[in-house]
Amino acid sequence: MSPDGTASRIAWRLATVIDVVLETPRTRTLVLDVPGWPGHRAGQHVDVRLTADDGYQAERSYSIASPPEDTRLSLTVEQLKDGEVSPYLSEALHAGDTLELRGPIGGYFVWDIPTGGPLLLVGGGSGIVPLMAMLRHRDAALASAGAGAREKLPVRLLYSSRRWDEVIYRDELTSLAEKDPTLQVTHTLTREQPEGWAGFRRRIDRAMLEQVAWPASEQPRVFICGPTPLVESVASTLVELGHQPALVKTERFGPTGGAV
Amino acid sequence: MPPVSRGFRGRRQSADTASRLPPGQYETRDFPVLSAGPTPRTSLTTWDFALRGANGQTACWTWDEFTALPRQTTTKDIHCVTKWSKFDTVWEGISVDTLLSEAAAKGVVPSPFVLATCDGGYTTNVPLADVTGGKAWVAFMYNGAPLPAEHGGPARLLVPHLYFWKSAKWVRELRLMESDAPGFWESLGYHNYGDPWREQRYSGDE
Repeated sequence: MSPDGTASRIAWRLATVIDVVLETPRTRTLVLDVPGWPGHRAGQHVDVRLTADDGYQAERSYSIASPPEDTRLSLTVEQLKDGEVSPYLSEALHAGDTLELRGPIGGYFVWDIPTGGPLLLVGGGSGIVPLMAMLRHRDAALASAGAGAREKLPVRLLYSSRRWDEVIYRDELTSLAEKDPTLQVTHTLTREQPEGWAGFRRRIDRAMLEQVAWPASEQPRVFICGPTPLVESVASTLVELGHQPALVKTERFGPTGGAV
Repeated sequence: MPPVSRGFRGRRQSADTASRLPPGQYETRDFPVLSAGPTPRTSLTTWDFALRGANGQTACWTWDEFTALPRQTTTKDIHCVTKWSKFDTVWEGISVDTLLSEAAAKGVVPSPFVLATCDGGYTTNVPLADVTGGKAWVAFMYNGAPLPAEHGGPARLLVPHLYFWKSAKWVRELRLMESDAPGFWESLGYHNYGDPWREQRYSGDE
């Protein structure tokens, strides 16, 4: 807000691609330098705008993957079959290219340390991206705090992917959980499992939530992001299990109509 | 002109499609679901709809009373602030004009602003002028079938000339007000009015 009470326009900014990180066969992270970036909260997104040489433009929204503590902004982009913008972002862009974006956008699907916990994150496919920003924020903000600070903000993540090589941020999630006993990461692989897989191998359902999620009596802050069928089903089931609807925040993500 | 994205060509639409797409939008053929929280489920036996005047007068309808009001069917293009647009969506419901004239008999008088409130706590604000004159409905049928809960059923507000967050899902009340008050997304950084043709997505967009 400006002093006269009117909001100033969220300006388009010209970002420069610093690095492109291969996350999975269909997913890449663009690491961006954004001069003048005003900062963001974990869970927010940006609008990206592409302009062809004849002036034709296309806009899409992408969740921010990096925590507020990072000096660079990261967007993780899943390449959609027949997509207009995502194939360009994930294949054509290279370090040194520029990209127009504006943000941060969205003030509801956000989590900061003062919001508190416990925290229940449920993601499907590329719906992990804003949840990862929350995990990275928690890790960075509490890096110098004692173990007691983490114990006050315990997290459980339930993450549904089709197969093991489609798990975005797989190694980082493993190493975060290994060093932090107050972070529990649970995967379910719905289509195909590696040899000897002992974990869940079905879509998220009531029994899985009863086993993995915090009980409603703990009053967790819940964030669910993924394809519509997953989000609708998980949110409804958690309400049936006694979670207060006001503590359950949802965001749809990824290709329309997709199932994970 | 903004900087050219090296090598980006994009997907060109037909002239007809392009003329129906507001700036920054793309056409989708399916019907994405966007909600900030769980989908509320309200039984039709307890559902009612209220039109409240700023003067304290209220008109209220049960489900059976509401759906017995004169219905209209309308075919509209809809535009979501998340960039998708969907053409030729077919809705059936009660025009807000009809609700206002029915409510006038109960002493409800017009005021310049409207706040829609919904099951689940969602709210959105619109000027009265944007929901009168054949511009808005409370819709309970979509494509000839009852409106599914994830799309706002039993009934949602339909204000198709504004971004679709103004077409509040699970609407239960229209409150007439003498002064404007921001709703849910309007308090969280989204534009107060939301005209897609002027690309009024966020607070501060002109």
